[in-house]
Amino acid sequence: MDLAYSPEENRFRDEVRAWITQNFDAPMRAMMAQSKNGYLDKEGQRLWQQRLYERGWVAPEWPVEYGGPDWTHTQRSIFYEECAGAGCPQVIAMGVKMVAYVLMKYGTAEQRARFLPPILRSEEFWCQGYSEPGSGSDLASLQMKAERGGDDYVLNGSKTWTTLAQWADWMFCLVRTSKESKPQAGISFLLIDMRSPGITVAPIVTLDSPMPGQQEINQVFFDNVRVPVSQLVGEEGQGWTCAKYLLEFERGNAWAPTLKHQLRKVREIALKEYAAGAPLFEQADFRRRYAELEIRLSAADASELRVFSGLKAGQSAGADANMLKLVATELQQDITELAFEAVGIYGQAKVRDTWAELQNRPADPRPGPVYAAPAAPAYFNYRKVTIYGGTSEIQRNIMSKILFGL
Amino acid sequence: MNLSLTEEQVLMRDTLRSFLADRYAFDTHRAILESESGWSANCWRALANELGVLGASLPETLGGSGGNAIDNLVILESMGRSLMVEPYLSTVVIGGGLLSRLGGALAEALVPKIVSGEVVIAFAWAEPQGRYELSDLRTTAVRSDGGYLLCGHKAVVVGAPWATHFVVTARTSGGERDAEGVSAFLVERDTAGTSLQSYPTVDGGRAAELRFDQVRVPAHHLLGEEGQALPMLERVMDEAIVAVCAEGLGVMRRMLDETVEYAQQRLQFGKAIASFQVLQHRMVDMHIAIEQATSLVTVATLKLDEPPRERAQAASAAKVQTGRALRLVGQSAVQIHGGMGVTEELAVGHFFKRASVIQHQFGSVDHHLRRYAERL
Repeated sequence: MDLAYSPEENRFRDEVRAWITQNFDAPMRAMMAQSKNGYLDKEGQRLWQQRLYERGWVAPEWPVEYGGPDWTHTQRSIFYEECAGAGCPQVIAMGVKMVAYVLMKYGTAEQRARFLPPILRSEEFWCQGYSEPGSGSDLASLQMKAERGGDDYVLNGSKTWTTLAQWADWMFCLVRTSKESKPQAGISFLLIDMRSPGITVAPIVTLDSPMPGQQEINQVFFDNVRVPVSQLVGEEGQGWTCAKYLLEFERGNAWAPTLKHQLRKVREIALKEYAAGAPLFEQADFRRRYAELEIRLSAADASELRVFSGLKAGQSAGADANMLKLVATELQQDITELAFEAVGIYGQAKVRDTWAELQNRPADPRPGPVYAAPAAPAYFNYRKVTIYGGTSEIQRNIMSKILFGL
Repeated sequence: MNLSLTEEQVLMRDTLRSFLADRYAFDTHRAILESESGWSANCWRALANELGVLGASLPETLGGSGGNAIDNLVILESMGRSLMVEPYLSTVVIGGGLLSRLGGALAEALVPKIVSGEVVIAFAWAEPQGRYELSDLRTTAVRSDGGYLLCGHKAVVVGAPWATHFVVTARTSGGERDAEGVSAFLVERDTAGTSLQSYPTVDGGRAAELRFDQVRVPAHHLLGEEGQALPMLERVMDEAIVAVCAEGLGVMRRMLDETVEYAQQRLQFGKAIASFQVLQHRMVDMHIAIEQATSLVTVATLKLDEPPRERAQAASAAKVQTGRALRLVGQSAVQIHGGMGVTEELAVGHFFKRASVIQHQFGSVDHHLRRYAERL
């Protein structure tokens, strides 16, 4: 065992850091500091992802043959640490980190050739059509129908919680192609052109009160939408297998680097805020609470290192993946909560359009310091993390099943 | 010893609740918040004239019904259940309560107009650097021509956009955080040199940054003694704390009701999620938290006339207990609602936001733990 990095690894870290300093530019930094949900706007996301693409770093996990950088696990974690530590936006997951893997494993050669390059270049954005209004934690109960009509499937129904559907060119989607006795058996995995006639995207307004067009999630309605059979991935009825394969990637990333950045921002706020004439960060109660979070974060960080360093390529983390998600999401909520508390009375003031000044829209003078505005919206928004990707309750159910056979 | 409401209080509570169910249902509430002014002047007038709620806790000699702090508790708990934004707390509890206790010509002129709904008051105590400390003041008032000249910046003054008058704290002598030298004034909204920067708040209300530039305040608008107002303001603050906790109780009870109902309706894995033990236990914990908070808010309300140390400890204890309950109940309500809980489509998310603000309003849990501990 050794916690130290090798000289080559340290050189790699310097290289990544220098590149980020140059390419994560001042306008992007200012936008991210005022983001309520951790994303830039569409143009900003595309620009950032294309810069990563040009450097060859947009898809660290992809095999070399598809355009991946051929990094070791340690290099990848160094890269993510540096990106998160600088507060860079995350690459939108649905294309690069989700559907791409399914295409690599289950797609045809034509599908891979058609879809993977535009994903890598961020020319096409994707969204994920899984949850339905009646099917959340119980995903296998999904009802959206896809019936064969000639060379097409005809889709009717609706998908919900669809992250960034309003930016997406394509959706990968689970649909019901037959009613089998076992609900998992009749599900298929389809690729849907979001410009198809019959698709309506309706924004869902989350508690952070996003500006129109900047909503994080949507409900998507399908009214006799025709999808060519050639856009089926794998075989008909094999959708659940694809979905389960993908889930392993959804739960497989390190959270700690992002959490470290978020906690560091709380410290910066507490150094600027005043309590009884001294910085809030000097106050014993506050320091103690900060220290508690920092210790929990150290444990989460070290646990991620232990779990990931023990995994061979392609191996699933099992119950450890559920544990890491639980620990990290609960910690992330506590960090956003401490930030909301740290900004004090100005946490109550609502600045809905936090990007107005940066994008030259008319803006009223802001009440309070500039860092205060995103604190409450972020606290509200991050309640999502113990709900999406399997609620905390479901995670614990899965763990007791895997660990103890209960 | 008697911890029951009087018949009159029960009647008022039931009348107010049916009024709010009828005239302040969730859809109406949202329309009111999204209107230009952000509040319902109609509802305010109805509270005054149709229901007599605005005068319930104020003295009969000043046009009220001669009730007490328990009336305020009953009223605010009901308002919390409906997420009412109208400024009862700052107008009646703070403004009406303070003026009534002080008495004199100012009280005789203004309290009857509070009862009738014509005078609306906002409490301008916080400052950008002061966090939750009443005495951390940079706003100054200096004597001039038989009155005072007021200069300074008051932060996040809740309800200010609707107010006709402000209760303003300012320093007439001493250093920034000294206990001595704190004074309080009543300032009319349109006094020359007063400016408001109004904005919405994250919990659906409205607030303003208030700036005073050489604002002339007549001597008879000084509230209490010059430089000696801190003990009086500590009491006002304790009343505000208890009142906002009472509102919080209503907010929490509504969240629990919504959550139990949702859990009974929402089906996953072929059954109502209310049948899962992990959620049953969590909903029971929400109930326990609300009950424990209710007990301390009731005690603190009954101790508002005790000596300062006992009064402050009771109020801070109530705020600590309620603050923790608001966190647990709010976060659990959202979690049990799942994805729907993080949207603005259902009521529960709006109650969660109000609960989150009340947690810190007039001081966070940490602040009140310290305040309690300092008085051990």
